[in-house]
Amino acid sequence: MTREELQEIAENELEAREELDHLIFVCNAASCQSSQGLQLIESLKSGIEEKELGDTVEVKGAGCMGLCAAGPLVLIEPDGILYTQVKPEDAGEILNHLESEAVERLKTDLEMPFFGKQVKIVLENSGKIDPEKIEDYIAMEGYTALNRVITEMSPGEVIDVISDSGLRGRGGAGYPTGLKWSTVGIAEDVQKYVVCNADEGDPGAFMDRSVLESDPHRVLEGMAIAGYAVGADKGYIYVRAEYPLAIERLREAIKRARRLNLLGNNIFGSQFSFNLEIRLGAGAFVCGEETALLASIEGRQGRPRPRPPYPAEYGLWGHPTLINNVETFANVAPIIRNGAEWFASIGTENSKGTKVFAMAGSINNTGLIEVPMGITLRDIIYDLGGGLPEDLKFKAVQTGGPSGGCVPEEHLDMPVDYESLKEVGTMMGSGGMIVVDASSDMVSDVAKYFVEFCKSESCGKCVPCRVGTAQMYDLLDKISKDEATQRDLDLLVDLCDVVRNTSLCGLGQAAPQPVLSTLEYFKEDYDAHLQKATDKLTHAVQREE
Amino acid sequence: MASRTKVKTLTIDGKRVGARGDATILEVAREHDVYIPTLCFLEGLRPNGGCRMCIVEIEGSNKLQPSCVTQVYEGMEVHTDSERIQNYRKKILQLIFSERNHVCSVCVSNGNCELQDTAQKLGMDHVEYPYLYPHMEVDATHDRFAVDHNRCIMCTRCVRVCEGVEGAYTWDIANRGINAKVITDLNQDWGDSETCTSCGKCVQVCPTGALFEKGKAVAEMKKTRQFLPYLSVMREEEE
Ligand SMILES: Cc1cc2nc3c(=O)[nH]c(=O)nc-3n(C[C@H](O)[C@H](O)[C@H](O)COP(=O)(O)O)c2cc1C
Ligand code: SF4
Ligand code: SF4
Ligand code: SF4
Ligand code: FES
Repeated sequence: MTREELQEIAENELEAREELDHLIFVCNAASCQSSQGLQLIESLKSGIEEKELGDTVEVKGAGCMGLCAAGPLVLIEPDGILYTQVKPEDAGEILNHLESEAVERLKTDLEMPFFGKQVKIVLENSGKIDPEKIEDYIAMEGYTALNRVITEMSPGEVIDVISDSGLRGRGGAGYPTGLKWSTVGIAEDVQKYVVCNADEGDPGAFMDRSVLESDPHRVLEGMAIAGYAVGADKGYIYVRAEYPLAIERLREAIKRARRLNLLGNNIFGSQFSFNLEIRLGAGAFVCGEETALLASIEGRQGRPRPRPPYPAEYGLWGHPTLINNVETFANVAPIIRNGAEWFASIGTENSKGTKVFAMAGSINNTGLIEVPMGITLRDIIYDLGGGLPEDLKFKAVQTGGPSGGCVPEEHLDMPVDYESLKEVGTMMGSGGMIVVDASSDMVSDVAKYFVEFCKSESCGKCVPCRVGTAQMYDLLDKISKDEATQRDLDLLVDLCDVVRNTSLCGLGQAAPQPVLSTLEYFKEDYDAHLQKATDKLTHAVQREE
Repeated sequence: MASRTKVKTLTIDGKRVGARGDATILEVAREHDVYIPTLCFLEGLRPNGGCRMCIVEIEGSNKLQPSCVTQVYEGMEVHTDSERIQNYRKKILQLIFSERNHVCSVCVSNGNCELQDTAQKLGMDHVEYPYLYPHMEVDATHDRFAVDHNRCIMCTRCVRVCEGVEGAYTWDIANRGINAKVITDLNQDWGDSETCTSCGKCVQVCPTGALFEKGKAVAEMKKTRQFLPYLSVMREEEE
C-alpha cells in the first residue's frame, strides 16, 4: 500500500457515491438494532429492489447518530434529512419521498440545539459511514494520518504533536496523553506494547462501545500511530465480552486493515510493523483498572497491583506498555491530520478538545453527544438534552459513574472540564451523565446504588475496599430504611475517609465519592431519613407506654 | 542494572539510614528495628500489598503507600508511625475483625496468632463496625489439616506459598469482594485435591487459625516458618 493507492481507494468510493442520487444511512449500532433497525434496513433494501432504484439509491448500515432513545434513525444524504423512530413499514413512504418533500411525520429538526451545539471529532464519521467497510473510512481520509507519521515524521515529532494538542486521557483521570506516550517512548526495551482499554465498566456508559461499533478503524489507526510513536510493534484491544457487535466489527476491521497492509508487517512499505490482537474481558469493573487489565491479558486473575511501577515502565510481561482509552485513541488521527493547534483551539485552557457523554435519567433526549470541553452543564442538560420531561424538577446531575459525584443546580453554569468537575466533588470519568429529578432520594437512588455497585465489583484483594464498601453499603441500607441514628451516619463518613485513603486501587479510592458528594449537597435527604427513624422510635415508645 | 543496587540514603521517622537500591521500605525499616505491622507480607513469598496494614507516609505525597512493595529512592523521607497512619491501621484492623468470626477464645491459634498479636500491639480494644458474620463452613476433609474460613483474613499467603514455594498450585481465590474465599483446586474438598502434596506449608504460613493441623486443641496450634528465610536466601543466591 502506498499513499497513492490509499487515495485511489478514497476516490473510487467518493465517485461511487457521486453517481448515486441518494444515500440512505440507517443506524446499525446496538441500540437501534434492538429497536428493529435491521428489519428496517431489509425493508428499505427490498423496497429499492421493487422500485428498481438500485442504480440511484443505496442503503448503508451506519454507526450511532446520537439520539438513541428515538431510534432507529435514518439519515438521507445529500439532503441531510434525519428521520427518527422509523419502523420497517415506513420504508416505502421514505423511498417515495426521496425526490419530493421529506416525510414530515418522521422528520427531525437538524437545527435543534441537540445537533447545533455538538462538535464532532471522535464521532465525526459516526452515522456517516458503514463501519464494516474499510473503504468508507478511507474515503473520510482514514489512514492518511498513519501514512503521514510513518513516511514523514519521526516518533519524537509525533509525540510532540500529541503533547502540543493538549489531549488528556478520556478513560477517567485525564492524564496528559503526550506525557504518557513520551514516558513509554523513552523507556529502553526491545519489546513494548500498546493497549487499548475498551473494558467500559461504568454502569450506563456506552461511549466506547459506540465508537467501536460506529467507526472501529479510527481506533486501530490511533493505536498504530501510538505504536509508531512509542516504538511498539504489538498491540492489544481489551474489550468486554458483553459487547459482541463491537467485537465482531473490530475483528472485521482488523482483518480488512491487515489485508490492505494498513496493519501488519512493514506498513506502507516501511520498517514499521504493528500487529493487533483482541482480548476479551469477562466484564468485571475492576478489570478496567490498568494493572488489573494487564494481568487479565497475561491470563492471570484480573486483580490490581500497587503502582508504582506504572505500566509505562513495567507493563505486559514486565515490558513498557502504553495503555489508553478507546476515546483517547479515537482523537489521535484527527489531531495528526488537522494539527495540534486545531485541536488545542477547541475546549478550555487545560481541557482541550471534546468529550463524548452518554445522557440518561430524567432527560428528554437520552443518548450520545459530543461537546466541546468548557460547555456548561446547563447547556448540555437544557439545550442538547432538551431538559427534563414535563412535571419533573431538576435536582442534580451525576457524572463520573461510580467514581464520581453529583452536581446540584447551583453549579450548573460551571464549565465542563477536568478541574472544574473535580472542584465540585465529582469527575469527568468516562462520560456517563445521569440527570436526577426532585422525586429521587439521593441516599437510596444515588449513594446506595453506586456503593452497591462498588461493593459487588470490588475484587476483594485489599481490606478497606473489600470490607469497607460492604460496611458502607450496610450503613446506607440502614439509613435508607429509616433505621439509622446519627452515630451510623458518623460511622459512614469516617469509613468514607478510611476507604478513600487506604484502598489499593482506584475502585476503592473512589468508591466513597458518590456518598461524600450527596452528603455535601443533599444532606437534607440523609437528615430526613434519620428524622423518620427517630419518629418511628418515638411512636414505638409511646405505644408501649 | 548497576543503578538498582546502588546504595540509597533515606530517612525513616527522622532517622537517616542507608539501604540497598532495590530494597523496599519495609525491608529497610526491619533492618533498623522500626516496627511496621504487616499481615499479608511474609518474607520469602511474592508480595501482595493487600492487607494495607503496612501503609506509610512519604513526604511530598498525600497518598499512603504500602511499605511492603514500595521501593526506596534517594532522599526519600518516610513516616511510619504518624497519628494519621495509626488511626488508619487501627480501623483497617477493625474492618478485618468485623468481616468474619474472630472469637479468639475458641480458636486453635489463640495465643499464637498474628492477627491477635497485631491487635494487641496496635492497642485495638474494640470494633466499632457491625460484625458481618457471613455463613462460612469448615473443610476438614484433608487427612491431616483443616481450613476454617471463618478465621481467614484473605491474606493469600497460602495461595502464594503453595504456588511459589511448593509448586503445587492447590490454593486459589474464588468470587469477588466480600464473597471472596480461598479454595482448593477447582473449589472441591481439600481431601479430594489431586494437587496437594500434604506438605503443610500453607498451614505453617497462615497467620491465623484458618489453616490448622487436625487434632490440635484450642490455643495449641503453633506455626513454624523456618523454611521460608532459608528459601529466600537460596533464591537470592541464585539471582
Ligand atoms: C476501577 C477502575 C475501572 C476503570 N475502568 C476503565 C474503563 O472501563 N475504561 C478505561 O478506559 N479506563 C478505565 N479505568 C482507568 C484506567 O485504569 C486507565 O487510567 C485508563 O485506561 C488510561 O487511559 P487514558 O489515559 O487514555 O484515560 C478504570 C480505572 C479504575 C480504577
Ligand atoms: S481497592 Fe478494591 S478493587 Fe482495588 S485492589 Fe482493593 S479490593 Fe481490589
Ligand atoms: S499442604 Fe502443601 S501442597 Fe497442600 S495445599 Fe498446603 S502448601 Fe499446597
Ligand atoms: S487461609 Fe490463612 S493463609 Fe490462606 S488466605 Fe486465609 S488467612 Fe491467609
Ligand atoms: S503487609 Fe503490606 S499490604 Fe499487607
